Amino acid sequence: MALILNEEQQSLKDIAKDFLEKNAPITHFREIRDSANENGYSTELWKQMAELGWAGILVSEEYGGFNFGMMGMGGVLEETGKTLTPSPLFSTAVLGASLLEMAGDSSQKSNYLPQLVSGNLTTAFALEEGAHHSPTNISTNAKKDGENFVINGKKTFVIDGHTADLIIVAARTRGDEDDPNGISLFCVDSSSKGLKINRQSMVDSRNSAEIELKDVIVSEKDLLGDLHNSYSVIENVLDIARVAIAAEMLGNSSKAFEITLNYLKERKQFGVLIGSFQALKHRAAEMYSEIELTKSAVVSAMNAIDEKSNDTARLSSLCKFKACETSHLVSNESVQMHGGVGVTDEYDVGLFLKRSRVAEQVFGNADFHVDRYATLSEY
Amino acid sequence: MTDLQAFREETKDWLEANCPPEMRKPGDVCWGGRNPQFSHPDQEIWLERMGDKGWTCPTWPNEYGGGGLSKDENKILQEEMAAIGARSPLGSFGIWMLGPALLEFASEEQKKEHLPGIVKGKYWWCQGYSEPGSGSDLASLSTKAVEDGDNYIINGQKIWTSYADRADKIFCLVRTGPQEPKHDGISFLLIDMDQPGVTTRPITLISGKSPFCETFFDDATAPKKDLVGGLNKGWTVAKRLLEHERTMISNMGLAGGGDGSGSKKMSGLAKVSKQYAGEDEEKKIANPSLRSKVAKHEMNSRAFGLTLQRIGEETKVGAPSPAAAMSKYYGTEHNKLRYELLLEAMGSKALGWEGEEFSPEELAITRDWLRTKANSIEGGTSEVQLNVISKRVLGLPD
Repeated sequence: MALILNEEQQSLKDIAKDFLEKNAPITHFREIRDSANENGYSTELWKQMAELGWAGILVSEEYGGFNFGMMGMGGVLEETGKTLTPSPLFSTAVLGASLLEMAGDSSQKSNYLPQLVSGNLTTAFALEEGAHHSPTNISTNAKKDGENFVINGKKTFVIDGHTADLIIVAARTRGDEDDPNGISLFCVDSSSKGLKINRQSMVDSRNSAEIELKDVIVSEKDLLGDLHNSYSVIENVLDIARVAIAAEMLGNSSKAFEITLNYLKERKQFGVLIGSFQALKHRAAEMYSEIELTKSAVVSAMNAIDEKSNDTARLSSLCKFKACETSHLVSNESVQMHGGVGVTDEYDVGLFLKRSRVAEQVFGNADFHVDRYATLSEY
Repeated sequence: MTDLQAFREETKDWLEANCPPEMRKPGDVCWGGRNPQFSHPDQEIWLERMGDKGWTCPTWPNEYGGGGLSKDENKILQEEMAAIGARSPLGSFGIWMLGPALLEFASEEQKKEHLPGIVKGKYWWCQGYSEPGSGSDLASLSTKAVEDGDNYIINGQKIWTSYADRADKIFCLVRTGPQEPKHDGISFLLIDMDQPGVTTRPITLISGKSPFCETFFDDATAPKKDLVGGLNKGWTVAKRLLEHERTMISNMGLAGGGDGSGSKKMSGLAKVSKQYAGEDEEKKIANPSLRSKVAKHEMNSRAFGLTLQRIGEETKVGAPSPAAAMSKYYGTEHNKLRYELLLEAMGSKALGWEGEEFSPEELAITRDWLRTKANSIEGGTSEVQLNVISKRVLGLPD
């Protein structure tokens, strides 16, 4: 198993680092936030990212993508975690691209994927219905009506839901709530009649939306994947998405830790640098250890996805669990070790704390993945 | 066929022809010495054959008795040994700690004199570092060696000397420069234990076992030629040897069953939890709080195993990985937690001391649990490891 990036993957990550530091550093995020930008991200920046090929990293060559794999995508996401860069990279290039690649028929793929790769089409995945991640807890329903489906229900925590051109909705076509059988996917145009999309203002100032579907009519051709049987595709896409968000969280933790270490080396109290206090040193060393473990978990899961390992599900849960635990720890400690300035808006550590908590909830928090890992391991 | 493929074929054939049947079963590993104890006649044959080939120390150079294998060849040897279930032919502190330090710091004569004996298991080496007054502050040690013609005369006391009561020789830190600053007055000296000036006394631990001893030097002697790394330069040798020791101990964190592999087989911890705490109708560990702790522990085991693997890959590519510094700290703390969880899972059954009311496995868990408490103390406490990480890796000020 490859646990380090190869030359090409490393070079993509290095390019991403340079690009983001130059074009979208933390000050860029602050500008978006403070200007109450309607999109919640810079469309200009997203165009540049697409020109760099990032939207097509996971898309096959047949549809204009680069088929560069998760080891490539993870490196880029890790860098966006360090700069807190808001963009549709996760919702579109990870979620949308994977859903369409895995479930789409050839006309859906050729219709959407080249557009997505060029940066002209953004997507959102409308899955969650409750306060906690639960991919089987779906009561939004789609009923057959001649050659159409009529969808009714309510979705929440839909990342980039208010800006996406295409919303992929998970809806129940049969079975009871919580039954994994009977879930189907639909491509819903964001301008469809009956869609009510409310942007949710989140603590991390990143995009999320509540989406109400009232008698939304889609054609049979908009069914994405098999009728009733999309749960396994959803699981596979979620496993990719969990690794992707974990890679971003690794970047978040690494950067917050770096900022904090620098502070420990420059802040003086009682006439000495506070980094000389053992009470802080030991906690810093523990954070370092946890970040190293997280790094290994993330890279092994990226590798498992690329190699289509039969242990991908467990490794995906492992890496999301470690990413949650570590960024929880590091974000709290970063604020505490900064003392008073740590709780000011002026200092960046608070931004990492806010982003960390939201990312922890994306597609399963630590508890969810501990339970899932145990179940998958048959205990 | 590439050279490596050819090497694999030769190795496979040689092992097939030379590894005795009894040594293809799990069991104890021989530690050699002047009066070696073999649990089976095959163990002696196996040690002799592997020792002659230098494959007890596969990567050490041929001229010192080692196997002279490259990293890749050694990997093949280990894989082929694992394939037939071959037991390790020899274990010793000579192989894991002293040998690597000698290869780096000893003179040509010293290497020629001491390394072949380690390869063939002729001497049982032990480690004389800690003293009653020098634990974490190791460099304050006071056992002294004074010049006397061609010899040193040694007086003082060491403590926590593993297996000193069975060892033939000791690698020892001694004070040779009493006037120098503390780190600059220490030498690394090899001393024969078989002399009237050296006595040992086992220390009974909370586990009831006595793997450690006190070692007393009363006018013991050692020839000057057995001082390694230069007069008063022993601290450099000592530190490097500690790194080897920490690697050895950190690997214990994985000995309990968790590993970085994708094996789906249920771990010992989960199995024991089901056995003693019961399982529900979905075959989950019945106690949800225990189940969650077990799963978290297994996940961390795996992340730690993957980290050791990644460190290995990074080291192969280039510079030594800074992540190596955390492995002793994390591995030992993790191993302690594993045994606490075994106790939690087994309840009163893991608290037996002796007798037939408990199974031998249950009694072993009790003793091993107590033994793990020393993991985060020996070879540098966890607190010392955290200091090392914050200073050397994170660059935090003193």
